[in-house]
Amino acid sequence: MTTPAVIMMIVAIVVVWGGLAASILYLRNKPELTEGEIEDPDMVRQDTERLHEPHPFRDT
Amino acid sequence: MTTSNAPVAAEQRETWTSSTGFILAAIGSAVGLGNIWRFPGVAYESGGGAFLIPYLVALLTAGIPILFLDYSIGHRYRAAAPLAYRRMAKPTETLGWFQIMLSFVIAVYYAAVIAWAASYFIFAFNLRWGQDTLGFFVGEYLKVGDPEISTTVVPAVAVPLVLVWVAVLVVIALGVTAGVQKVNVIFIPLLGVAFLGLVIRALTLPGAMDGLNAFFTPDWGALADLNVWIAAYSQIFFSLSIAFGIMVTYASYQRRKANMTSSGLVVAFANSSFEILAGIGVFATLGFMANQQSVQVSELEGLTGPILSFVTFPAVINEMPGGAIFGVVFFGSLILAGFTSIISILLGVAASVQEKFGLSRRGSAILVSGVCAVLSVLLFSTTSGLLALDTVDQWANNVGIVLSAIVMTVLVVWVFRKSETLRRHLNAVSTFQVGRIWIALIGVVAPAFLVIMLGQKLVSLVNDGYEGLPQWYLNLFGWGTIVFVVVAAVVLSAIPWKGRDDEKFVPWPDVDKEVTR
Repeated sequence: MTTPAVIMMIVAIVVVWGGLAASILYLRNKPELTEGEIEDPDMVRQDTERLHEPHPFRDT
Repeated sequence: MTTSNAPVAAEQRETWTSSTGFILAAIGSAVGLGNIWRFPGVAYESGGGAFLIPYLVALLTAGIPILFLDYSIGHRYRAAAPLAYRRMAKPTETLGWFQIMLSFVIAVYYAAVIAWAASYFIFAFNLRWGQDTLGFFVGEYLKVGDPEISTTVVPAVAVPLVLVWVAVLVVIALGVTAGVQKVNVIFIPLLGVAFLGLVIRALTLPGAMDGLNAFFTPDWGALADLNVWIAAYSQIFFSLSIAFGIMVTYASYQRRKANMTSSGLVVAFANSSFEILAGIGVFATLGFMANQQSVQVSELEGLTGPILSFVTFPAVINEMPGGAIFGVVFFGSLILAGFTSIISILLGVAASVQEKFGLSRRGSAILVSGVCAVLSVLLFSTTSGLLALDTVDQWANNVGIVLSAIVMTVLVVWVFRKSETLRRHLNAVSTFQVGRIWIALIGVVAPAFLVIMLGQKLVSLVNDGYEGLPQWYLNLFGWGTIVFVVVAAVVLSAIPWKGRDDEKFVPWPDVDKEVTR
């Protein structure tokens, strides 16, 4: 491969695969916001009901 | 994302969100035909190396910010796109329908690509495509004819296409979409393994490095070509399913304190990771094909975007030890990935119809899928199917979705001034905090650039047409698609809700006070 192609490949891999690795680590370290308001039980019940309806679940 | 979010204590939630299962599900939810089929084709048509820089810029400055915007609207206003927009600001309901109609159009042609994959799954058992994978796909399989409204049905395409729709309707009518979603737990990793195997083999073929040079060598001159930029942006929008209602609707089903932005980053980067991998595999194969024909990669003839993956992957499979096994696994799991994506799209359209018209969940899903199925079979099972698909895809994405992204960002940020509320909403539920730069990106950078690109694209489509197709054909399938989506959006928004919009809905949490962490 030529030098410009190698450089561009490294840039793409660092940005995209590096971004994936970084975002996975971030999610693992900070999985959930524990501060702030908490939903009341009614809301949780509604949400659970809604979640059991068929709904979009992935991208294309 | 293939995750279920039953209400659990904060501690348990924390374990789930950080668990390998959740992360794998998030990654798996990102891979689909957008990555494996569409990306390599768009990159090739845009000149390979010329494409990569606009693509990375699009991901970081528009893809992720607009994914967050979709998430914030759906998650805060808790409804499918039309109602979520209506709850944000009444007049924006039309935008919601515009987006949902775009996803309807996408479902219509997406099924055709799944049908191709289904045929190739069968062909893979005895590598029926032979050595001339291009001639086989275009000539022997699709029997591509003239740009016309052909009534000559190609049975080899029509049969799998009908079967795809029968399968969709059965799954939706039985209400087993959640079960199909679980099937992905097996098939997405399988797809990953087969896909990785093909890419590695492709890299070891003679000429592969020439292909990689074509994919990665930046073409600085081409950076001035706005058509390359718009192709990059709309590819990001298509494969992340943003700006056409799917992610708005998806987010509305997530629990109120779901960690939206952090998981969104995983999805977005995973999505592009698969695309880069697909690009490497497909371009390495192009290098190999050029090597076989003793020509340059740029001199390969007869290749166009929509057919590229169906020409290159079989060519690698031919060269694999145990090629048939890899082919069967690859195309088999690709069908499942595509199949679950189309179900996901249709459920988004169905949820919108159900909320507005008060039909049953299942009834609206069957209605939507049935209409989609008829259009899909009529348009794509004949000798003019490929041309229709290419044309509809071009207009739906490069005009429709780009226009949708512009209108969405301008309405949210400038007309109804909801961006700060939405930013606070995201920060109130997510661990990855979104700064004001997000508002600058969705409010200024993305829309300004998209307007310039769209303007130039419209001029080029009007003046130069597309792929040398006759004007009446472009009017019907290209501009006609946009007119159809706009008219449907206006008509659907004009119909009264009769109280089904739950006007007393109160968004949660209350973010009018600055949320401090």
